[in-house]
Order: sequence, then structure tokens, then C-alpha cells
Amino acid sequence: MPERQEQIVISGVGVITCFGVGIGLLWDAMIEGKTGLKRIERFDPSGFSSQVAGELPEDDFKVRKIVPKSHRKATKVMCRDTELAVGAAADAVKSAGLTTAATSDEPPTIAPDRVGCHIGAGLISAEVNELGAALVTSKKEDGTFDLAHWGAEGMQNLTPLWLLKYLPNMLACHVTIVHNCQGPSNTITCCEASSGLSIAESRRVIRRGDADACLSGGAEDRVNPLALYRQHCTGRLIDSDGSGDMSALITPFANDASGTAIGEGGGILIVEASASCTKRGGSPWCTIDGVGCRQSFTDSPLDADPGALASATNKALVEANCDASEIDVIVPLGSGIKQLDDAEREGLTIVFGDRLPTIPTITTIPYTGNCMAGNGAIALSVAAKSIKEQQIPARLGATETDGIDAGRCDSTQMRINKVLVISPSEGGQCVAIVLGRLQA
Amino acid sequence: MTRVVITGMGWITPLGNDLETVWKRMCNSESAIATIDRFDASSFPTTFAGQVREFDWKEYVKDASVHNEPAMNSQFALGAAKQAWDQSGLGECKDLDLERAGIYLGAGEGVLDFSAHSMIDTHSWDVEDGKVNAVAWAQFAREKLDEWGEVEQEPNMSLWHVAKEYGLQGPAFNCLTACAASTQAIGEAVSVLRAGDADVMLSGGTHTMLHALGITGFNRLTALSTFDGDPKKASKPFSKDRGGFVMGEGSGMLVLETLEHALARGATPLAEIVGFGSSADAYRITDLHPEGRGPAAAIRNALTQANIDPTATIEGKPPVQYISAHGTSTQENDSIETKAIKLVFGDNAPNVPVSSIKSMMGHLIAAAGSVELITCVMSIQTGMLAPTINLDNPDPELDLDYVPNVARKAEVDCCVSNSFGFGGQNNTLVVRRYEP
Repeated sequence: MPERQEQIVISGVGVITCFGVGIGLLWDAMIEGKTGLKRIERFDPSGFSSQVAGELPEDDFKVRKIVPKSHRKATKVMCRDTELAVGAAADAVKSAGLTTAATSDEPPTIAPDRVGCHIGAGLISAEVNELGAALVTSKKEDGTFDLAHWGAEGMQNLTPLWLLKYLPNMLACHVTIVHNCQGPSNTITCCEASSGLSIAESRRVIRRGDADACLSGGAEDRVNPLALYRQHCTGRLIDSDGSGDMSALITPFANDASGTAIGEGGGILIVEASASCTKRGGSPWCTIDGVGCRQSFTDSPLDADPGALASATNKALVEANCDASEIDVIVPLGSGIKQLDDAEREGLTIVFGDRLPTIPTITTIPYTGNCMAGNGAIALSVAAKSIKEQQIPARLGATETDGIDAGRCDSTQMRINKVLVISPSEGGQCVAIVLGRLQA
Repeated sequence: MTRVVITGMGWITPLGNDLETVWKRMCNSESAIATIDRFDASSFPTTFAGQVREFDWKEYVKDASVHNEPAMNSQFALGAAKQAWDQSGLGECKDLDLERAGIYLGAGEGVLDFSAHSMIDTHSWDVEDGKVNAVAWAQFAREKLDEWGEVEQEPNMSLWHVAKEYGLQGPAFNCLTACAASTQAIGEAVSVLRAGDADVMLSGGTHTMLHALGITGFNRLTALSTFDGDPKKASKPFSKDRGGFVMGEGSGMLVLETLEHALARGATPLAEIVGFGSSADAYRITDLHPEGRGPAAAIRNALTQANIDPTATIEGKPPVQYISAHGTSTQENDSIETKAIKLVFGDNAPNVPVSSIKSMMGHLIAAAGSVELITCVMSIQTGMLAPTINLDNPDPELDLDYVPNVARKAEVDCCVSNSFGFGGQNNTLVVRRYEP
């Protein structure tokens, strides 16, 4: 199939964060400058030096309530990451005004085999309570673990479908079943770049003619002991017991930035061919004008390469047929991890030069924590919302940042035609996406 | 449309660690399935697997210190990638634009340290609360877990290692759609090339789930064979008495290039990728659609992209001369894959040879598709079809030509390679003899 160079739009936005389901809740918090970070409640985090997270209280979101009756039984084999993706997808479908198998018995708005699904996912960490309950049955009297007993009997204490809960592609699996999406489906596992790369893939799939629309984004839950520990191993987390001013905890681009906090959440966007959206009477939020992807060439997979970020950004600008001077707002990862922040600032300086300190940024992690594979979708959703509202939300963090406009400030109304969203990642993948305001 | 060719291939598999050895053993109908000796699996329902042996990743890299103890899946990836890179000759290409050289892997996660994790979870278990004491858990984790080993478990770490080894700085993706991952990675890498975003893509897959928790998970799913007999006879795709898949491990890597780029630097195309199809079952989390809806859609879409009518004949013969089946040796997969092939190929179906190399090396999970695509290219190059071994008791319901037990000479110009993942993601590639 020849690739179609048609315009691609975001026609629906679904978000799930510590503030709840929906871009509205997140946006309102960001306008008011209220962080969602607080001391972890899901388990006692006292054994960790980083004890805060952007945590969605389990009572605030019950996935059983949002799936069709036919899929309720399957919620028992959803891990938290999958629940988040299913929640965000339901919100996105509603936002886009789509009829799917989940919303109605009416025929779907778009034929099922023309709807793709690309959902970024992380290394899903097994629930230690679930696994521990089974493992402990094979503990010998002397306290050691009896592998022979485990093989013969102990493993029977794990639910038969245990493995299926933790495969990264289960996010897309459940979403495709719930909404009957039969087009191309993929699961990108590139840490913080996962969502952006998923959007890039959806756009490519639509342009090559294999789908008209895709449910696209990512979700991840890091609020469990194993996932928190794994982030601890990267040395990227900030020390905090949850006391003090949480709105000043994560300080992206500050000289003394000392780490990030974990979060749970993500987003699903409806990425759609403009012609499809127009035909069905949809209301696009913005256009996806350009995408660039690059791999960092660094000595450590935990570091980002400014050159790769600059190159990805330049590629996205070229695709968008857009000069750097036309970018009104930048949404960086802004994690508070000093090496990544420095790489982002340096990479952006390569592209924007002396203008960089005058371009306002939006940073989401001080509000939601780092939701890893879900982070990019949250950033893109906020970027789309900022275009729609012609407003940038308040920023949290440090009062001053060098060389980039990323310090604490109130929300501001402004003209926004083009927004650049970029993300480096653990593992070195870099993605840049230019979103554009719809032309009247 | 931009033509995309394969210019390099490499694999690390249970049957061996280079193209020639593995192909020769496949054509000799050898099985690599044996008793697991990486951990004591003697009490497990499944005690055998296809295990990579006699492999030292350090022989495949320029400077091992650059890689800081890669996880086993990344070690396999480095081994396979070196073979592919060397065969492509890109190492001698002085003016290769590394920002136009990307990477798309379908790589699995690193190996979990089950010994340490089982100790931590059990020692921190609070009997009264009926759950782990998180504070104690954190303390044991700090004491027992290797920090870098945990970082290496991220599925995109193999990508980092391979990209670092060759300086690849172009578009970079890792996907993990279970057993379909590397076929999907290759298909999407082709798409990246066709979109004009790169000149070269290193693509493929790597995975090992050959550890206590991996075997546990698949045993609990009852997906693994628990065959009680000679392990070499355990993997028996399309047999009436097939009883589940046999775990394998390894990596397959391919260098893909636009034809224009390959020819400009004087490279020799090994074959051309002409079609990629992808679909989702959207049916159930544990079952394939009973009519093979998703797999059929993937095969059909790939053939449509290749501009091939599967029901047509060319001089009385089908337009596809070989199908590398997903062929897992589970009751469900082999039955439904057969249905899907019949749905797509119609009256041609009985005349298209289909085989499953999983009968010989087990299921390489995320890496399976890339290794099987290489098998297709080897078939085109050598005029031989790898067999489905252990097909002594054919299932009367499955009536295609499964190339039973012995390799076969054949004129092969065009092949289909199928991969269907747990979770319902289906992917198919079509590869053809390169014609200028």
C-alpha cells in the first residue's frame, strides 16, 4: 500500500491519573497548581527512601464499572496497568464520540477491522502479595525456599491465568476486546517514550492505509513494592517521606533537581485520519503534524543524548513543515532527574538557540509523578488540551530554572498554534511530536 | 512503493549459534529439546526445553566492558546481531548515516532472579496479615537483589545494547506482543523504511523465559507440553496427540534496507520483504477466535500488500511455495492456524507446504518470528524446506501438507511466515526471492 500523506488528528483524549479519570480533573488541578503527589498509601513505603507517588486511590476507580457485562469476569485477570489502560480507553472513546462494542449495541462508528490499537506498556511488576502467597507455601521449616516443592505442588497456589496478568500486551488485549478493535495492534515497551512511540506508530499505520483510527497511548503503574524498587535501582528517585510541600518536591530543570517520584496512570488518544473524523462528524482536538524518533548514543542506558533529542525534534519539525520559531509551547519530560533534564535542555537549546528561555513549557510530572509508559500520553493529552483552551496551566517545581522557562508559575492564557512534546527514556529512545491547532 | 530487502541475518538458537549449523541440523530433522539444566526443574510438570548452549556473548562484541553485564536476552541479541551485521557488510560502509540507521526489536524482558525473589517474598511474608510486610520486603530486596540485574529486566534494554554496539541512532522501537513480537517488529521496521524515516533497520527479536518463574507461568496456563518420554519427541505440531508447546529461547536478527541503499553500497540482497499484515483477534484473553478470524486477516493483509492473490495459480502452482507456521503444538493453535490458511488460500491450501520448526527448537516466544523468517530465507536460498518433526500420528482434522519428519527439496520463491501471540495480536510477513 502506498503511504497516504493525509492529515492525522487527535479526535479524542482519555486520561487516568492520580486525580481520577478524565483530562478535566487533571487540567483543573494543573490550572490551580495542585499536585497529586503524596505519601504512598497502598502499602507501607517506610522501607524505601522515596515514599511518595502520584497514586490513584483504588476506591476512586473500579474497572468493573466501566467494562461491558460480558467482560466483567475478565477484570479478575487484569493487573493495575491494564485497568488503567482500559479506564483511559473508555474515556477516550467517549471523548471522541465513537460508538464501539463497549458503548452501545448500535453498529460501530468505524468498522472494527479499521480500528487499530497501540498501547505502550512497562515491565509489569508482579504483585508481591499475590506471588508471595503462593511462594510461601514452599517455604521450608529452616526458612529456605524449596524449589522442588514449588515445582511439584507450590505453584498450584498461583491462579492458572497468573502469567496472563503480567504480559505487557495485555493492556492492548483487553482494550481491543472491550472495544472490538480488530485492526493492527502493538505494544511498545520503551519506558517513558512508549506512549509517544505508540502515537508515532498509529500515525504510520493509518498513513499506510491499514487503519482509519487507532486507540493509542500508554499506561503504567509503578505504585507497588517491586516496581518502586526497580526505579530505586536506577538511582532516579527523590528521597522523601511525604512530609513537607509536595508541590515543590519535583523540580524539573532546577540546578539542584534531585530526582523524580513514581506515579500510576496514562492516557489513550484517538488518533484518526482527518478524513475519517470529518466523515463521521467528529471534533478533532488538534493535528499531529510531525514525529521524530531517535536512539541515544550514551555510555549508560539511563542517560539521554542531547543530540538525539535535538535530531528527533528537528525531524518532527521538518515533517510538520514548521520552523522552530513557530513553536509556541514545549512539553518536555521534565522529570526532575538531573541528567535527563540537562540533556533535554541542551537538546532543545541546539534546536531553539537563544529563544529557548522565552518559550513556555508545561511539565506534568510534578503533578502526577512519573507514570513511565503512560507518561507521554498524559503529556500529549495536556498539550492537546492547552491548544484547545489556548492556555498553559500552572507549573510546579523550582522558582528558577536556567536556560529554559520551566520555573514555578501560574496558568496563563496565550495564543498556541504549535506545541512540541518530547521525551527521552530509560533505555535511550527519544521521541518528539509536533501538535498543531486546527485551522479554521 | 519503496522496496525493502534483507541484507544480513543471524541467530542464536537451541540448535546452534550460526546460520549454517542450525540450517543443517534442521534439514537433518534434529531436535534440540532436552532436559532443562539451567535450574533444577525435575519436580516441575515440564522438565525439558530448547536451551541455548555453548554460547558466550563476549565473543560477539567489540568491547564487553561497554555492556555492563547484559541480561541473557540481550546477550542472545548481541550474538545474533553481530552475525546479521557482519553478513550485511555494513561494518565496512564508511559513509553509513547512523541517524538513518534505526532499530526495531521485539524483545522480551530480562531474566528474573527467581531464587532471590522467592527468598525475599517468603521471608517478608507476614502470616498474621496474610500479605508481604512491605518494609521487610524492601530491606530484603536491598540485600538480595542485584540492582543492575533489575534494571536489565526492562524489555527495551536489548535494544540499548544492540544500538550501542553498532552506533545506531535512527528510529528506535521495542515491542512486546508475546509470541508475535519479532514478526511485528520486522513488519513495522519495513514500514519505517517505506515511510522514508530510515535507510537501514536492524530488526528481530530476542527472549528467554527459560527460568523457574517462566516455566511456572506457562505450566499454570497448561500451555506447555508435559510429555512423559524422550524430550526430543515432545514438540509435535499438527500431531493428533500434540500436548502443548515446548519452551525455547534465543534470538533472530535481520538487517533490512531500502533496495536503493543496499544497491548503492554494493550489498547483496538475500531476499525481499514484500508483505506485512497485522490484526487483533479482539475475542478472548485466552482463546483464539474459533474461525481463525484474526490469523486469517493477518495472512490476507500481508498477501494483499504483497499484491499476491492466494487463490490464484502460476503455471498450475500456488503463488506461495512455503508457509512457516506459528505451529506451536497446542491443540488450539495448530487447529485454528490450519483453518486460517484454508480460509485464505482456498483450493490452493493443500498444495502449499507448511511446517513448524518449533518441533525442533521449541518456541522462542518473542524471538520465534524472526528465527522463522530467517528459515524462510534459507528455504529460498537453498531450495530446501525444513520439516515438522515428530509428526508420526497425524491429526485427521488437520489435512495440509506439513512437510512431515524429513526435509524436502523444493523450488521456493515466495514464503509466508506466521506469528500469533497470546493476547490476540497476529502478524504475518511475506518474503520473496530477490529479483532486480
